[in-house]
Amino acid sequence: MSTLSASAPATTSVPLAGSAPPAAGTRVLHFRDVAKAFPDGTVALEGVDLDVRRGEFVTVVGPSGCGKSTLLRIASGLSPATAGTVQMDAERIGYVFQDATLLPWRSVLKNVQLLAELHGMSKTATNQASRDALELVGLKGHEKKLPRALSGGMKMRASLARSLTLDPDLFLFDEPFGALDEITRERLNDELIRLFTSKGFGALFITHSVSEAVYLSTRVLVMSGRPGRIVDSFDVPFGPDRTPELRFTAEFAALAGQVSHALRAGHS
Amino acid sequence: MTAVQHRPTSTEESRVASTVQTSPAPSSSDGVLSGGGAAPLVRRRRKTMANALLPLGVLAVLLGIWYAITYLVLDPGRRFLMPPPQDVVTDALLDGPTMERIGTALWNTVVVSFTGLAIAIVIGMSWAVLMSQAKAAERSLFPYAVALQCIPILALVPLIGFWFGFGFLSRVIVCVLIALFPIVSNTLFGLQSVDRGMHELFDLHGAGRVTRLVKLQFPAAMPAVFAGFRISAGLSVVGAIVGDIFFKQGTPGLGIVLDNFRSRLQGAELFAAILVAAALGIAVFLLFGWLGKLAVGRWYDQSRDAG
Repeated sequence: MSTLSASAPATTSVPLAGSAPPAAGTRVLHFRDVAKAFPDGTVALEGVDLDVRRGEFVTVVGPSGCGKSTLLRIASGLSPATAGTVQMDAERIGYVFQDATLLPWRSVLKNVQLLAELHGMSKTATNQASRDALELVGLKGHEKKLPRALSGGMKMRASLARSLTLDPDLFLFDEPFGALDEITRERLNDELIRLFTSKGFGALFITHSVSEAVYLSTRVLVMSGRPGRIVDSFDVPFGPDRTPELRFTAEFAALAGQVSHALRAGHS
Repeated sequence: MTAVQHRPTSTEESRVASTVQTSPAPSSSDGVLSGGGAAPLVRRRRKTMANALLPLGVLAVLLGIWYAITYLVLDPGRRFLMPPPQDVVTDALLDGPTMERIGTALWNTVVVSFTGLAIAIVIGMSWAVLMSQAKAAERSLFPYAVALQCIPILALVPLIGFWFGFGFLSRVIVCVLIALFPIVSNTLFGLQSVDRGMHELFDLHGAGRVTRLVKLQFPAAMPAVFAGFRISAGLSVVGAIVGDIFFKQGTPGLGIVLDNFRSRLQGAELFAAILVAAALGIAVFLLFGWLGKLAVGRWYDQSRDAG
C-alpha cells in the first residue's frame, strides 16, 4: 500500500482488495428527525434525516451559521441532540477540526501518535500506524518538525494523519480546508479523494464551498439557513478517479449550478 | 550601495564590499555565502552595539550623579552616607575579610530563598492543579490565593517569628508566603489556557483527567508556569533578606550583614553588600529565564511576554 501511494496520485487509486475490512455499504451513521435547540431558545437543527455508509462521501453544504458544525458535534457525541434518533455504528471515528489542533510542543510524529496513545495502542502498532499515516499524507521526512515550522496545508495533513492512525470507519470533517489558499485546498482535495478511495471509510464533510462539495462527494446535501434542515440531496455521478480538470467540465458546472440554486432557494 | 546593486555586473563587487565591511565576522565564508544578507548583518551588529552602549551611557550618568552627591552635596563628615564608587571598590569589594563575610551571608541567603522557593513551587502548583480540577475548588480556594497576595507579608513577619522562632524555619516560611501567589496564579492561568478545540480532541478520544493533565494541560501551562517561577524566585530572595533584617538572630544572611554595616555606619561595606544582593536578584532572574527557555523555548516564543 505504501509503495502504491508513494508512486502515484489519483490515477492509480484502484480499489484495494482486503484493505477495507468491513464491507463497503455498512451503515456507520444514522440520523432520524434530529433536532438541536440551545438553552437560549435558538433552534440550530430541525428534522434532519441522514445516513452515511462506508464508501460514501457525504457533504453538507450550507451558509455560515446554519448549524452545519452542530451536525458534526452531534454525530461525534461532543454535543447531544435535543430530539430524534442518532445511531452511530462506527467503531472508530476520525474528526478533523476547522483548525489543525496540533499540540505545539510535540513534533509532527508525536502529534500524529497522540490518538493512538490516548487509545492505548501498543508501541509497535503506534509506530507502524503513524509511519503509514505520515506516508499517506505525504509528510514523510517532516517527522521531527514542530507545528510552528509547518505551512497551513502541512498542518492539515498532519491533522489528517493523526486521525488516520486509528483507521476510522467514519470520518467527520468540519470545514477542514476553509482557511487554506485555493491551490493548497485543491491539492488537499485530491489527496482526500485518494485516501477515501483507498481506505473506503464513510465520510461526512462540512463546507460552504459548492465546488469543493461536488468535487469530493458521492452525495451532496444542501442545508437551509437557521433552523438548519436538509432541503435537497444530489447524487454525484463522477467516479473515484477525479482529476482537477473535472472542475472545468460541463457536467460538473451543471451539477454545481443545481446545488447553488438549491442553496439560494433554501437560504432565502 | 543601492546604486551599485542596480548594475547587474557588479553583484560580485558589492558582495566583496560587504564582506570587507563584515570582516570581523568569525567565519568569512558566511559573509560570502549570504551575499545580499550582509547589509542586514551590519545593521544587526550596529543594533547590538547600540543595545550594549545605551545602558552603559545611563550607567555613566548615574555614576556622575553619585560623584556629584558625594563631593558636592555631602560635607566630608557625612560622606559615609554615600562613599564615592572607588571607595566602595577599594574598602569593600577588594577587601578580603569584608567580602568573605558578605560571601558567607550570600550563601546563607541563597539556601534560605531556594528552599523557600522549592516549597512554594510544590505547594503553589498543587494548589493550582486542585483548583483546575473543579469549579467548586477554584471558587473556594482562589479567594485565599488573592488574600495571600493582598496581605502585606511584612505585617505577618513578627507573628511568624513569634510562632516559629527566629531561625531558618521562620525565614523559609517568609519566603514561601511571599513567593506563593505568582506560582498559584500563573499555573492556574496556564492550565486553563488550553483552547477548547484541544479539549474537544481529548474528549472525543475518551481521555481521563490524569491523561488530560499530563499530556495536554501541563505542557500547555509550562510557559506561564516558568514566568511565575521567575517572578517568585526574585520575591523569594526579597523574603530571605526581609526575614534576616527582622529576625536578626540565627545564621547571618545578607539581611543581617546589611543591617550590621548600617548600624556601624560602614558606608562602603553597606554599598558593597547592596550590590551583591542586587547581583543575586539579577542572577536568579536570569537563571529562571534561561531554565524557562530550556523547557519551552523550542516551541514557545518567549519574547511575546515582555521580559
